[in-house]
Amino acid sequence: MKTLFKRTALAAMIGLSTPALASVAYVSNEKDNTLSVIDTETQKVIETIDVGQRPRGILLSKDYTKLYICASDDDTVQVLDLATRKIVDTLPSGEDPEQFALHPNNKHLYIANEDDAIVTVVDVDSKEVLAQIDVGIEPEGMAVSPNGKWAVNTSETTSMLHWINTETFEIEKNIVVGQRPRHVEFSRDSKIAWASAEIGGTVHIIDVDNLEQIHEMSFKVPGVNQDRVQPVGIELTSDGKYAFVALGPSNHVAVVDAKTYEVLDYLLVGARVWQLDLDKDETHLYTTNGVSGDVSVINLEDMKVIKSIKVGRYPWGVVIDPTS
Amino acid sequence: MKAAHYWHCFVGIQTREWLRFWQQRTRFASALVRPLLWLVVFAAGFRAVLGISIIPPYETYITYETYIAPGLCGMIILFNSMQGALSMVYDRELGSMRVLLMSPLPRPFLLVTKLLAMGVVSIGQVYVFLLLALLVDVEPPLWGYLAVLPALILTSLMLGALGLLIATWIKQLENFAGVMNFVIFPMFFMSSALYPLWRMNEASPWLYWICQFNPFTHAVEAIRFSLYLEWNPMAYGITGGVTVVLALLATAGFRPQRTKILGTSKPA
Repeated sequence: MKTLFKRTALAAMIGLSTPALASVAYVSNEKDNTLSVIDTETQKVIETIDVGQRPRGILLSKDYTKLYICASDDDTVQVLDLATRKIVDTLPSGEDPEQFALHPNNKHLYIANEDDAIVTVVDVDSKEVLAQIDVGIEPEGMAVSPNGKWAVNTSETTSMLHWINTETFEIEKNIVVGQRPRHVEFSRDSKIAWASAEIGGTVHIIDVDNLEQIHEMSFKVPGVNQDRVQPVGIELTSDGKYAFVALGPSNHVAVVDAKTYEVLDYLLVGARVWQLDLDKDETHLYTTNGVSGDVSVINLEDMKVIKSIKVGRYPWGVVIDPTS
Repeated sequence: MKAAHYWHCFVGIQTREWLRFWQQRTRFASALVRPLLWLVVFAAGFRAVLGISIIPPYETYITYETYIAPGLCGMIILFNSMQGALSMVYDRELGSMRVLLMSPLPRPFLLVTKLLAMGVVSIGQVYVFLLLALLVDVEPPLWGYLAVLPALILTSLMLGALGLLIATWIKQLENFAGVMNFVIFPMFFMSSALYPLWRMNEASPWLYWICQFNPFTHAVEAIRFSLYLEWNPMAYGITGGVTVVLALLATAGFRPQRTKILGTSKPA
């Protein structure tokens, strides 16, 4: 009995000293110049952080201690310390940064500068601009392969994927895709890249070894005009089973079998769904819905949208901190 | 009068209603066609029209099919209750209602039992409808099917009492067309069954207020919230209150002698 009491007391103490930390999602609100912080357990906004003007692309450092924010109208990348949730630094970014990607070395940040038709590479430690690479007109999407070999930029007007060698900072290949390519996502093994073309309404699957397109997908959402089906954000599960494609103003997310490229379902979310992120154990997918100003949560077990959480105006990007 | 007598009478009335239902099985099926048409055809056309807004009890965006399903459950009960009223006129004309009311048990008990018996058949239809609605992805939580039962019983009692009240005024069977035009359609269309009330308010504020004063709106909302495991005290309160008032009025005013067979219009 005594032991039991001791154990209970001990358990209570442990419980008190280390409260279970719920994981959080960060959402950039383009029009409010804020980040919303969502507790993924309670699915409520627990904090709103003021950041620079027009925050769009956001990403986590590889050690999950910092969050980088493209403050597009301030022409800078801000650094948010995750422990204190305060802006601690800014990085040079070139003009109008929208999307960016961090190399696995946790140092090289690749930033697409839409107005200048260049990609700027910044060392996040020394804040030095390492290179400015000329790409097509209106560069937009940015991704670095998990093995660190390739950086890919999409240029909206040229409708190309520019494959940049991360050692030489030079373009090695251009692949023409559908109109207005927006976003690129690599499979975890760096073998396959998925690229969305917003106006073309397509998603292009690229074999990374040969740098060739192996498949092109299109989407047909029941009851929605085809003009409104505009693929943007893409997210892949690490087991290689599913891909999720945000279909913009069609207000749906496509669930795709990542092996057969067959669309399994279309899920109704908020208006103009933009970017996506999976939580740590990949049981829930979070989507930013720009026009309706909320974040929808999809349960992956039964592929149902379970909740939509009001955030700021024009939520753009979402990342979930897996360590919190 | 012992409880056993009440029970005996209760079972008797229920059995009679089931027998009637069993003899009219095709009516059971055909009564399902109407809400299913609304769900599959009408809702499909309006899929994208509803607009963007998350309203309780829903926690995310829903298809129009999902929105109107609770309203169509209400519609099934509404039509059945009015048809029940019709059957009471019929019973009255044939005199079988008088046989029922010859029972020494209190009249309100007899009438409420009769309403419950009619409600059981309606609720059976609602559950069949909800099962079929799964085919168009109307998927409330599993416990919602149980939680909605009190709301369905209350709705069927309220609309049954309304039917009973109307039945005291209908002189002949043919007047049912009037019931359709002046009771069923206005009640159904001027409610939250087809459009959320914020939509009505955008269209016209006075229409919104009519909908707010329509007890059918609150019955539908009680069904909607219960089906999604949310508690809506206002909807339940209003539906319950209106049920009591209508039941009192209907039982007090029910005079089986009022109409006469074969056109003799003078009360006995």
